[in-house]
Amino acid sequence: MSKFQVNKTYAEINARIRAGEAVVVNAEEMIDIVRRDGPVEAARKVDVVTTGTFSTMCSSGAFLNFGQTTPTIKAARVWINKVPAYAGLAAIDIYLGVTEPAEDDPLNKIYPGEFRYGGGHIIEDLVAGRKVFLEAKAYPTDCYANRKCKKELALADMGHALLCNPRNGYQNYNCAVNMTDRTVYTYMGTLKPHCRNANYCSAGELSPLLNDPYYRTIGLGTRIFLGGGVGYVTWQGSQHNPHAPRSPNGTPRRPAGTIMVQGDLKQMSAHWLRGVSLQGYGCSLAVGLGVPIPILDEEMAYFTGVSDAEIFTQVVDYGHDYTNRVDRNYGEVSYAALRSGEIEVAGKKVPTAPLSSRVKALEIAEILKQWILDRKFELGEPVAQLPTVDYSVDINK
Amino acid sequence: MYTRIYFLRFPKETSDQPIIYQLVRRYDIEFNILKADILPQREGIMILELKGLRENVKEALAYLKDLGVNVERLAGKIRRDEDRCFQCGACTGVCPVGALFIRRPDMAVLFDPEKCTGCGLCVPVCPIRAMEVCFDEIVEEALI
Repeated sequence: MSKFQVNKTYAEINARIRAGEAVVVNAEEMIDIVRRDGPVEAARKVDVVTTGTFSTMCSSGAFLNFGQTTPTIKAARVWINKVPAYAGLAAIDIYLGVTEPAEDDPLNKIYPGEFRYGGGHIIEDLVAGRKVFLEAKAYPTDCYANRKCKKELALADMGHALLCNPRNGYQNYNCAVNMTDRTVYTYMGTLKPHCRNANYCSAGELSPLLNDPYYRTIGLGTRIFLGGGVGYVTWQGSQHNPHAPRSPNGTPRRPAGTIMVQGDLKQMSAHWLRGVSLQGYGCSLAVGLGVPIPILDEEMAYFTGVSDAEIFTQVVDYGHDYTNRVDRNYGEVSYAALRSGEIEVAGKKVPTAPLSSRVKALEIAEILKQWILDRKFELGEPVAQLPTVDYSVDINK
Repeated sequence: MYTRIYFLRFPKETSDQPIIYQLVRRYDIEFNILKADILPQREGIMILELKGLRENVKEALAYLKDLGVNVERLAGKIRRDEDRCFQCGACTGVCPVGALFIRRPDMAVLFDPEKCTGCGLCVPVCPIRAMEVCFDEIVEEALI
């Protein structure tokens, strides 16, 4: 006997999608529906809630198979547009990480460095259809005699190209300030001294894992929007931590869950995979990610009805504490406060700036909604769950 | 009151003259120098905010042009690449005058070139380098 009043299966929801009868809303629209009708009615009405996020996600990269040469080569060291790729795999398989800078980049020698071009930019170039220049060095063997190769190639010339991101979609993230007396250049942006600005980086109420706080539906095999194409959740992301402190509504108040995702790079677009340069920090890739959440029952309706006013994060000093691993925060703030443009830190008003694009997050949720309504996209039922914790949430509160 | 920000380029010959002083004396203009790079016997540049009666500002600009000073609206020299910008909002944390700002509640990141003073802080902060401030090259050339 189920503890819920509404009970739907993935198969039932997919049948409704195929029949063109599924009711799909984005996570922002769901807030009002749950508020107005309550979770039980909302669960009866809505089949799928779409989420989205678009921001820099450093733990990303691509497996590329760059095509054989004559004579054959077992590449040992590989550069694409002067950016080193990891070649310690089979003959012509490489992994290109997005934070890898070009080998001749001055890095932070002229501080703060600009980091104009790196792995993330190559991925953007490839999906934009631009050609890249590949160089490889190798030691010869009887089966792979070539010692080196140079070639210009496009994404279409590669036999296989897989975007494979070991950690994306962080469930919540710190709000960064700087309590020291000098400007710091971090992956959380430029932070002025004496806590004169605060940066935050989450899509909040639109963010995938904040809409499924205990990973009931997001698991191995969940089909997703990834970089403009279709991808999958393939594992929990590195640093996945379900044990973070949580609010009564289940959302974590610290960085918590993460997902590993992958998908065919050839389906993706430069609109949703963008090479980025973070001053003083390095290069990376902005990734567009969207996850559909099936409303299996009223508890999932309740979870997806969460709003920015009910999601909190901690304020962390990136001038000293973060680098020195000092476990301290300067209070907690809601995403509603962060979005208002001003928060209070240690009794002082501090202006805020986002690093995650709200506009693009909503656009992704809308695209995913349209895919489902157009019957082009069905839900993937997870074959295994991500690590989670026991919980009890009162959905009538 | 009429307020506009201008980008001025001074030819070599004018770099030792008290031109800005004349703007105040002759045309009753309130000025605010936002950026200046003027060296004797070299071409100089200045970003100048002028405030005054509309006709006075017009006459002041005509006076500058007569002296051979090249005058352009600063707003025309700052550009955001709208295709590249994905509206993250990082720039809004450093823009000192609110020319880059967030519209609420939809969190669209907007750029108002009229408010821009050309400080250039947004250029390196933008992760995809969508902001273009094109007088930097001129400044560099002027310094060589």
